[in-house]
Amino acid sequence: MNHSPVGQPLDRVDGPKKVTGQARYAAEFPEAGLLYGSVVNSRIAKGRIIRIDASAAEAVPGVALVLTHQNRPPVASYDEPYEDDDAGDGSPFRPLYNDRILYSGQPVALVVADNLELARYAGSLVEIEYAAEPHHTDLRARLDTAHQAEVDLPPARGDAAQALSEADIRLDLEYSTPVEHHNPMEPHASTVHYLAGGQLEIHDKTQGVQNCMRYLEGVFGMEGQIRILSPFTGGAFGSGLRPQYQLVLATMAALKLKRSVRVALKRQQMFTFGYRPRSIQRLSVGADSSGRLRALTHQAIGQTSSFEDFTEHEVEWTGMLYDCPNVKLNYQLVPLDVYTPLDMRAPGAAIGVYALECAMDELAYAAGVDPVQLRLSNYSERNQNQDLPYSSKALRECYEQGAERFGWSQRSPEPRSMREGNQLIGWGMATGVWEALQMPASAKARMGGDGKLVVSSATADIGTGTYTVMTQIAASALGLPMERVDFQLGDSSLSTAPLEGGSATVSSVGSAVQQACAGLQQKLLDAVQQMPASAFAGARLEDVDFADGSMTLKADPQQAVELEKIIAAAGELEVEVSIEPGEQRDNYATATHSAVFIEVKVDEALGTVKVSRAVSAIAAGRVINPKTAGNQIVGGVVWGIGMALHEETQMDHNLGRFMNHNLSEYHIPVNADIGEIDVLFVEEHDEVVNQLGSKGVGEIGIVGVAAAVANAIYHATGKRVRGLPITLDKLLQDASE
Amino acid sequence: MNPFSYARPTRIDEAISLFGPQSRYIAGGTNLLDLMKENVERPKQLIDITGLPLDSIEETADGGVRIGALVSNADLAWHALIERRYPLLAKAILAGASPQLRNMASTGGNLLQRTRCYYFYDSTVPCNKREPGTGCPARDGLNRMHAILGHSEQCIAVHPSDMCVALAALDAVVHVSGPQGERRVDFRDFHRLPGDEPERDNTLAEGELITAIELPAAGYAEHSAYLKLRDRASYAFALVSVAAALDIDGGVIRSARIALGGVAHKPWRDDAAEASLIGEAAEPPAFDRAAQLLLQGASGFEHNAFKIELARRAIKRALAEAARGTAA
Repeated sequence: MNHSPVGQPLDRVDGPKKVTGQARYAAEFPEAGLLYGSVVNSRIAKGRIIRIDASAAEAVPGVALVLTHQNRPPVASYDEPYEDDDAGDGSPFRPLYNDRILYSGQPVALVVADNLELARYAGSLVEIEYAAEPHHTDLRARLDTAHQAEVDLPPARGDAAQALSEADIRLDLEYSTPVEHHNPMEPHASTVHYLAGGQLEIHDKTQGVQNCMRYLEGVFGMEGQIRILSPFTGGAFGSGLRPQYQLVLATMAALKLKRSVRVALKRQQMFTFGYRPRSIQRLSVGADSSGRLRALTHQAIGQTSSFEDFTEHEVEWTGMLYDCPNVKLNYQLVPLDVYTPLDMRAPGAAIGVYALECAMDELAYAAGVDPVQLRLSNYSERNQNQDLPYSSKALRECYEQGAERFGWSQRSPEPRSMREGNQLIGWGMATGVWEALQMPASAKARMGGDGKLVVSSATADIGTGTYTVMTQIAASALGLPMERVDFQLGDSSLSTAPLEGGSATVSSVGSAVQQACAGLQQKLLDAVQQMPASAFAGARLEDVDFADGSMTLKADPQQAVELEKIIAAAGELEVEVSIEPGEQRDNYATATHSAVFIEVKVDEALGTVKVSRAVSAIAAGRVINPKTAGNQIVGGVVWGIGMALHEETQMDHNLGRFMNHNLSEYHIPVNADIGEIDVLFVEEHDEVVNQLGSKGVGEIGIVGVAAAVANAIYHATGKRVRGLPITLDKLLQDASE
Repeated sequence: MNPFSYARPTRIDEAISLFGPQSRYIAGGTNLLDLMKENVERPKQLIDITGLPLDSIEETADGGVRIGALVSNADLAWHALIERRYPLLAKAILAGASPQLRNMASTGGNLLQRTRCYYFYDSTVPCNKREPGTGCPARDGLNRMHAILGHSEQCIAVHPSDMCVALAALDAVVHVSGPQGERRVDFRDFHRLPGDEPERDNTLAEGELITAIELPAAGYAEHSAYLKLRDRASYAFALVSVAAALDIDGGVIRSARIALGGVAHKPWRDDAAEASLIGEAAEPPAFDRAAQLLLQGASGFEHNAFKIELARRAIKRALAEAARGTAA
């Protein structure tokens, strides 16, 4: 195929719509007579509502409804309908279900009015009396209540305790990470359009339109009467993997009033549902004197809610990333009076690999080995957790090419050995790893009389570039220019797609798109063979090419038919496919890898840190679009820097409430915090992972970055800070002037 | 946000006469609107003062500069006269907020911005400053951003402004008009410590309006520095900030001004600390002594005790930078 768009750094196909404001988000779909809801949230962390007085709010002209657990429409009374595709074990939270308060910030009322300002004002007039009960929100204070997480960890291998006791070098380390919130730019919002027949058409901010549809159908007993639309999503990072409470509240109000209702959360309310859980992680590392690993143990303790167990893959990476004969992993949860945590970019890996990669850095110094060399000498050719070979693993190339690009060979190994005036310079590195998943997915490809190819699947584009890469895959398959392909997503009535998460969308939906287009190729070939005096008679698919809008015979390229002519003769052609992950995957482990190199400048007396340079070398199979993939990695690196230095949702444990609930006090990096970021993709050929050979890059960009920053800070200062974020006060202690 | 009435007078006396119970003047609105949205401020009337003739910057007869209260933070920071003669003020302004906020925020309003204490901003939790008598959860709670100097049993909040730290160091004078007529307030007397009335941030009387800020002739243009330490490189409030200004002759300090931000309910100055520098060589030993004096009596809480040592180092660094000469 000539000029295939796959592999090209193309601009986003949805870019013009976004920059001209034509792309509408969930809270931007207008309707005459639309009502606006404003959520009232609990100020206590645990207890009961004993009295609600909504009279003052209801008396405000323009207020249509104050909805509470006392007057809501009927909802399902058992757990199952509330168990969405990303639910953990336990009883999912049910908005406005009863008088119980399970966490501070829980929605307790929805005020619905003619406009948002009125609704918000009336919300301030709703009087709620609570009977508070003692609450617990501090993970460290509740470690005695930890229980084993219900996850299938790889079985222990060897005898880690024995190997640790015999190791030349033994390190026992504890790391901690704070609660972090996703904070996508677009707050969560739902616009529920109440249709004439009582059906609902809902614009929702979500990473899974069909997940939300099934959830609402179950909760409200409305099988077949709900359609969810989400054509554009202003970032999500996992926050849209589960239906959030504004969707339920807006639906309740619409059903109660038989009117269309919009509920958009304000920024402060973005801190009243899921988040990355706080963790305490204990690692023991045993090695011989050269730094060859003999034993690794990794115990993670995470927080969860009192009603659901949230689990993520936090410790598995420690059994997988390095060659080590004796490994023991453990994962525990502590239930607290908080909302359930939620998958957030590289869930589990972001914090688990942070701890592992800091521990590896500590081992490098203990053994007197260069950090890159240490990792190369412990390189794993097989995933020992599963005892399987990798479908592909170009991590060695990541180390080599990343180090070369960074100039790692110029590094002076001693801490505090590089400086510029008041600034100590530090160079640190870390490895990143993420799974290369594939989920079942479906897609439809249709070519109509206008010669346009319309491909669709109920997936999402959360800013990742789904529209663009799917268009590339389809255009490439049928030899069409990008402009002749229209990819549709974000509609629950489209072909079944999995949740848009886990870096699996290209792998899953992309493979379905390719298969649907392959099916369409066959139908076009069948059709062309029906045309009079067809030169294609007897040809099979492998005998033809699709290029420049035509089908040509490989053996005789003069024989070409424009696809439009085939459609004109045969009529509209359509293929829908559903595909499963390939069986060939069963015999392999599949993963993406990265090597991250960071330079920091630390003011020796004042403790301020600047990340001046970052190099991220990525092995993720075939890259469909280096531009959108590069964007994802840059975003991940920025986030990793924020994780290392800035991000922390601060809980007042006396009140049981997150207090820095806005973007002024919840710090993420600003432009001034970010230096040069250099992303490179190493060659990685993979025929196993899926038919595209592409692994997905949504998560890998953040994994390892925080560790590389922490390791660079150690190299600069000689001070090892084992709790994130590394704020200047933590570096100030015993820093010299 | 509660319902309110709105007026936009064009004369100062008109604005003042409109002021009634639960009225608020509004200019840029960069803080007041946020507070209203969170139900922290619930005014019955907003008096929009952006139609008043208070937006000029003029030289005064005694060689100083008079800045109208409605001059935007951005216009002030980039004004040629300020850049040249009061670089400390320009640098302090540019260390605060974001370009968008500085374009909207007024000079007078900057003085009146309220603390960024988490508890003050969340109207569902107790706060003596927001609702006197309800308590101060910050004392035993999240107090990393809070005061190490001049705090009281009632309140440990800090004033968030950068600009005010420079104005304090420069001995600015605040011009005020009110129902009782006009008066001038020395900058050090404008803001107040929380004491038993943490709800009062400053010494303005009911209905008084800031009309101008006057700077004296001495701008310390040769030897000044503004050092701001914070949790990220921009758009974050100061953990500690220092405005340092020196008059140096032949390596010997003739006059010194030091003001601290992020450490108290008002920009913090200490006469003894400044006096200790006079006649001394502009070198670290003198800076160290001044820092010790300035921080005398400082005491921290669970999460902010580090600020005492951070402030000491920041004062020394800022004085050293000022002594080297104002950075371009």
